[in-house]
Amino acid sequence: MAADVLLSVQGLTTVFDVGATPLVAVNDVSFDIRKGETLGLVGESGSGKSVTAYSLLRLVQPPGRIAGGRVVFQGRDLLTLPEKEMCGVRGAGIGLVFQEPMAALNPVMRVGRQIGESLVVHGLASSREARDRAIELLRAVKIVDPETRVDDYPHQLSGGMRQRVMLAVALACKPPLVIADEPTTALDVTVQAQILDLLREMKNTFDLSLLLITHDLGVIAEVADRVAVMYAGRIVEEGPVRTIFRAPAHPYTRGLLASIPHGRTGERLVAIDGVVPNLAHLPPGCAFAPRCASRLADCERAVPPEVRLADDHRARCVLHAATGAGADR
Amino acid sequence: MNAPLVEVRGLTKHFTRGGGLFQKGTVVKAVDGVSFSIDEGETFGLVGESGSGKSTTGRCMLRLVEPTSGEVRYAGEDVLAFSSSRMRAARRHMQMIFQDPYSSLNPRMKARDIVDEPLIIHKLGSKRERGDRVAELFRLVGLDPAHLDRYPHEFSGGQRQRIGLARALALEPKFIIADEPVSALDVSIQAQVVNLLMDLQERLQLTYLFIAHDLRLVRHICRRVAVMYLGRIVEMGDTEAIFANPAHPYTRALLSAIPVTDPDAPRQRIDLDPASVSRDAALVEVAPGHLAAVQ
Repeated sequence: MAADVLLSVQGLTTVFDVGATPLVAVNDVSFDIRKGETLGLVGESGSGKSVTAYSLLRLVQPPGRIAGGRVVFQGRDLLTLPEKEMCGVRGAGIGLVFQEPMAALNPVMRVGRQIGESLVVHGLASSREARDRAIELLRAVKIVDPETRVDDYPHQLSGGMRQRVMLAVALACKPPLVIADEPTTALDVTVQAQILDLLREMKNTFDLSLLLITHDLGVIAEVADRVAVMYAGRIVEEGPVRTIFRAPAHPYTRGLLASIPHGRTGERLVAIDGVVPNLAHLPPGCAFAPRCASRLADCERAVPPEVRLADDHRARCVLHAATGAGADR
Repeated sequence: MNAPLVEVRGLTKHFTRGGGLFQKGTVVKAVDGVSFSIDEGETFGLVGESGSGKSTTGRCMLRLVEPTSGEVRYAGEDVLAFSSSRMRAARRHMQMIFQDPYSSLNPRMKARDIVDEPLIIHKLGSKRERGDRVAELFRLVGLDPAHLDRYPHEFSGGQRQRIGLARALALEPKFIIADEPVSALDVSIQAQVVNLLMDLQERLQLTYLFIAHDLRLVRHICRRVAVMYLGRIVEMGDTEAIFANPAHPYTRALLSAIPVTDPDAPRQRIDLDPASVSRDAALVEVAPGHLAAVQ
């Protein structure tokens, strides 16, 4: 493992025990996040991107359960850590920003206390210090008049301000890694742009690594250094953001990029045929094969191996099995 | 030139918030003097962020919400003057599809009954005729009639939006208001539904009012577009002209906020200075057919 790797996820598998056979929501997922880097995890609904995030923090609730793999963070495997130590990692080691700030913030608690709460819980500050620190954090996330806003309740804030507060909560203990799960999906496009600018700035100010989960490739292009594309529980392609946008290798990545509207009036959009598969009825081979225009006979037989196309670019597709530098496992 | 199919003039909807027995509430001008017209067979886009009044405008046009004042003309007739029975009859020609295919379909009704219901209400055809028509509508929107007896939860989001569309098309309307019809769907599915809307428009000669916040999408399917901000239209004209030369500060901010799907593209964010937006500025022609509320 390279020295600058902050988080290394290896073969993470999370299943949901419903019905006769468990549903595999996260299937043998591996990726690294280096210090100061932003990894964008992109996928459609049901791809397993959020379950991956919650698995890293061991926040998966029954009937979900982590069935295997390693999550090495700062040299420790989080999956084998006693729960008490894991509590020390959540918030202090890894901060989390949720999609819906209104649902994630406590409606009957002043925002200042919610921001300072983790400092007090982790024993990093007294209540009085925590309040001062909350004001500083509100200022850092560009909230006007933080001395007054610190005593507001969430409902008194706009959607964009609530998301800024969420970010302040996540940053309170200065964690080296922040996981942001669709942080701008519920926001208007002009507010989204402000929050993305803020995320970029916070990354530099706080020297953060960021795991950004989103379905929007536009957001990825704006913020991420590297991209991992998930489909039906697996990472089907991973590479530097430029490679993914300029030379996508997997037909699913190509389809996703093509389906973004960017043409002129009256042109038809490029759609991916079919529907996102149900995890309970996955095809035996490549999960994308039934929707894939480049499908070969082999695709439906077995899950294609992961092929390394370059040092920092891999894809799970038979189209590259012959051209790639060989399967990596 | 033919008269437009739909004409909206000075449409206004005020909501009163708060207030009590001895206290006057505050008036929220959700829609404030909105005017536009839509030609037959055209797709007209209504764009804005949450709270801009774009959805309320759509609802007022079908009188799902009663407007405070203004005029809505459909094929020359003032819809707002219709009696309630006349209005019900008129809704045969004007239908709406909604944003959230999860909450806009009755979860306890089978897909067949959801699509059949408008036919029953408008007393169209015998049971057998209606059954044939429902199957035909299912095929029209790209669904398999073998799934007619399924419930909404057994369909995916994109399929549910198709069911909503089949229901809207049941009465053979000429005009459809589509309120954020694809914003709840996955990207790969959005394109399918948008293509379907475009195909149906050609086949059935439909006229659309397309309400959306996604400017990339609007650029694709609308020939003309109106940008709404705080209840008013601040800019209106040919879509390409507005994208090429936005005249209003809000439109500029909105266009600059669209995420660019190119990691190397230069980013020039324009922030809106609310002080630069005059509430009183009237729409003036800044180029032929291109209006903006600038002084």
